[in-house]
Amino acid sequence: MNVFEFTGLVGFGSLLAGLLGSLTGLGGGVVLVPLLTIFFKVDIRYAIGASLVSVIATSSGSAAAYVKEGFSNIRIGMFLEIATTIGAVCGAFLAAKVSTSAIAIIFGLVLLYSAYLSRKPRSASDRNVPPDALATRLRMNGSFPDAGGLRHYNVQRVPAGFSLMFGAGALSGLLGIGSGAVKVLAMDHAMKIPFKVSTTTSNFMIGVTAAASAGLYLKRGYIDPGLAMPVMLGVLAGSLWGTRILVKAETKWLRLIFSVVIAVLGVQMLVKGVFGTI
Amino acid sequence: MSSPKWTDEKVEIIIGNLLGAGVLISALVVFCGGVIFLTYHGNSYANYRVFRGEPESLRSIPAIFRYALQLHGGGIIQLGLLLLIATPVARVVFSIFGFAAERDRMYVVFTLIVLLILLFSLFGSSLIA
Repeated sequence: MNVFEFTGLVGFGSLLAGLLGSLTGLGGGVVLVPLLTIFFKVDIRYAIGASLVSVIATSSGSAAAYVKEGFSNIRIGMFLEIATTIGAVCGAFLAAKVSTSAIAIIFGLVLLYSAYLSRKPRSASDRNVPPDALATRLRMNGSFPDAGGLRHYNVQRVPAGFSLMFGAGALSGLLGIGSGAVKVLAMDHAMKIPFKVSTTTSNFMIGVTAAASAGLYLKRGYIDPGLAMPVMLGVLAGSLWGTRILVKAETKWLRLIFSVVIAVLGVQMLVKGVFGTI
Repeated sequence: MSSPKWTDEKVEIIIGNLLGAGVLISALVVFCGGVIFLTYHGNSYANYRVFRGEPESLRSIPAIFRYALQLHGGGIIQLGLLLLIATPVARVVFSIFGFAAERDRMYVVFTLIVLLILLFSLFGSSLIA
């Protein structure tokens, strides 16, 4: 395959990943690395570098749209970013120390977990939790526009959420993904933040987290311009296109299909990692 | 009290629009670099199977600037990617001003910590990498 054909095919694959990722809300980054390593035979380190760059593009590119909805809580986001950015630097540091097989195995497990999580029902949005002393001191409790007007919410278990966020950051730095699934888990399950606030705040945090490991990736030579160019442009175009048609599309079936794709890719990454064929 | 009132929402809308513009500009730079890159390398063989690591000219920030100014396709793409990496950093910087305008000292400190970690990764990471 010459560079021209390679660029076109990778660009098209990335466009599809970005489109599906934004339509289903599962993020496109998580399928990019398996797509590049399994179908295009790209070394996993180049794939991770290109994927990380595209994660920043989607997060920053959709920020304006998310902000207008008025759901994200920048105080929660900024406080937890202390954990995710430290985690990301540690993860990117580790990426050079562990074998590519180990990275493939961890990647496979994360894919399977994301697929499982996407099939779980969302937690009830009307739960009422009492205010927590630490969260109140950190001014994290907030409100967001809901069907019945402005709805107030309280935040709980800040230390648990903070620790989980360190893990999310480390995974992001190690695998070049946004780890939105782990971020939502930390905010939704541990800190009891309403789902809509969790997802939009997570998007806000993803770009900053990814930027924290991007410097290390660049310095190590993981970011190849010939590969990152079609990946970044493709994912960005796909995700922006996705947010445009999101309102009209029926996403229930799409979510099911995409989570099956994620699970299959997860098994393939696991097998490749275990047999050392990555 | 004639100064305009700063709220989380207002600061966030400005930041969101700035980020969108930053991403579009970086995408445009990457696209232009891509055109030049494909003009020169389009017909060569694509091989990413073996990891070699990028040459020094595509790894450090000053080298990328030099390489891009010589109008090398790869250098211009890396420059666009650097602009992209800078957008979340800019978001953090603007948030510091936002929190300062709201006189929220605690969050100015939190945001400064995040900024320091980001700057360490971008400029100081050769100490650990």
